Amino acid sequence: MTQAPIISFKGVNKIYNNGTVGLKDISFDIPRGQFLVVVGLSGAGKSTLLRTINRMHEITSGEITIEEEPINDYKGQSLRLLRRKIGMIFQGFNLINRSSVERNVLSGRVSYYPTWKTICGLFTKADREMAVRSLQRVNLADKLYTRADELSGGQQQRVAIARTLMQDPKIILADEPVASLDPLTTATVMDTLQRLNREDGITVIVNLHSVALARKYADRIIGLRAGQLVYDQPIAAVTEADLNRIYAEGEQV
Amino acid sequence: MTYPETPRRSWVQRWHVKGIVGTVVLVVLLIASSRMTGVDVGMFFSNFGQFMNLLVRMSSPAWDYTAVIIQPLLETIQMAILGTTIGAALAIPFAVLSASNLIHSRLLRGVTRLFLDLVRTLPDLLLAAIFVAIFGIGSTAGVVTLAIFSFGMVSKLFYEVIETIDMGPLEALESVGASKVTIIWYAVLPQILNQFISYFLYTLEINVRASTVLGYLGAGGIGVFLQRSLNEFNYSQTAVIILATLVVVLVIDGISNHLRRVLL
Ligand SMILES: Nc1ncnc2c1ncn2[C@@H]1O[C@H](COP(=O)(O)OP(=O)(O)O)[C@@H](O)[C@H]1O
Ligand SMILES: [Mg+2]
Repeated sequence: MTQAPIISFKGVNKIYNNGTVGLKDISFDIPRGQFLVVVGLSGAGKSTLLRTINRMHEITSGEITIEEEPINDYKGQSLRLLRRKIGMIFQGFNLINRSSVERNVLSGRVSYYPTWKTICGLFTKADREMAVRSLQRVNLADKLYTRADELSGGQQQRVAIARTLMQDPKIILADEPVASLDPLTTATVMDTLQRLNREDGITVIVNLHSVALARKYADRIIGLRAGQLVYDQPIAAVTEADLNRIYAEGEQV
Repeated sequence: MTYPETPRRSWVQRWHVKGIVGTVVLVVLLIASSRMTGVDVGMFFSNFGQFMNLLVRMSSPAWDYTAVIIQPLLETIQMAILGTTIGAALAIPFAVLSASNLIHSRLLRGVTRLFLDLVRTLPDLLLAAIFVAIFGIGSTAGVVTLAIFSFGMVSKLFYEVIETIDMGPLEALESVGASKVTIIWYAVLPQILNQFISYFLYTLEINVRASTVLGYLGAGGIGVFLQRSLNEFNYSQTAVIILATLVVVLVIDGISNHLRRVLL
């Protein structure tokens, strides 16, 4: 029995307002629970691809479905509900520096509340406990009341993951989450993502620059070049030569 | 021996042409404008004696008058605080609507900014004269004047602060599914709060000083007493008012400077 894919791209094109081609005729499916790594040169369209999934970028044509629902026409409340089930991790962490770790983590939960309650900070006791548990999962519970900008880069990225956990996401999108981290903290962040994928069954899609990391963590690797899908293999079939070809500039694949 | 090639200064740079031309233009402009407006610099010196005379007459302050002016001085401070607070609070939504990184509609931003520009062109003394006519002599006119004056000034300062913020946290909150207002509250406000308070205090300083002058037009506070004593040629009272105002302004400046240093 084959399960329906959690995300499906059908003939997706994205052209930026200035004429730059972001994505070109992308079609592929992502099964539920997969750890998918997207590789490609800088400017290949990896960030664009990720941001079309939570509609931070609009596509020009084609269709994206999530849990078999087309997402193109979502707006207002339905768009916010879509985003709620998709967590996003950024290269620059994107924490609110001057706010406490607790407030940063709780901000992942705001879509479960009406606006006025978020402004008054009226989070339920259960959600405050959830914030502590999320931080425990990334081993940072002791930093609850620390200001976010007092943490190291690796710690900040783990706070960002805890924030994402507050959404109770089915999908996590990570856009080069370790590009500004040293090798040791890189491992803790990638291991955390792997744990969420395996223990919670969250579908994880990660843009990576490093071939070695891609091979270590991925269930499947796809490659982009100039907005086109030029490679798509399960990890067992991936060879070093394939990956080198994706990164070799100018060469036809 | 060969020297490493160093970049050569151009002829214009070597002779400081820009600086010299700038200075000459400035001096010419100064002389021309004093001619045209009929400012007689000589008169300032020839009437210096009268100035000294005034100083002498003010040199015996009527200290017992202090008790009388404490109340109006407090009123002046209250006017400044109230006016600044109302103006700054009103400025926040307008600053948000003017910030190019938050509002993508050029039209909405343009209309808001035009409105703010118009408000800023209104001179505060003109406002005071109008509101004294509307509300009558008293502090209401002063508060309304200061509120509008602060609104115009602070809204511009505020939106310029908003335009310098880091957009990363906004992106994160948007991806979480937060509403626009929640995004502003969580991701914008913490980034700008300190600078907002700093500009608020700065405006308060200006308003404490301005409100003494506004009072002169009948808009309440110490200025009313200043005007009365001058009209009655009671310079020993004038001296007390000026000294007391000076002390208040110094204290407010000191407190606000200290707070702003702590904040930034
Ligand atoms: N907002 C934008 N406006 C115009 N062009 C953009 C924008 N964002 C990205 N691009 C262009 O789209 C292409 C893909 O970019 P991106 O998805 O960021 O690539 P990657 O993440 O793989 O480095 C690049 O050529 C980039 O310059
Ligand atoms: Mg990118």
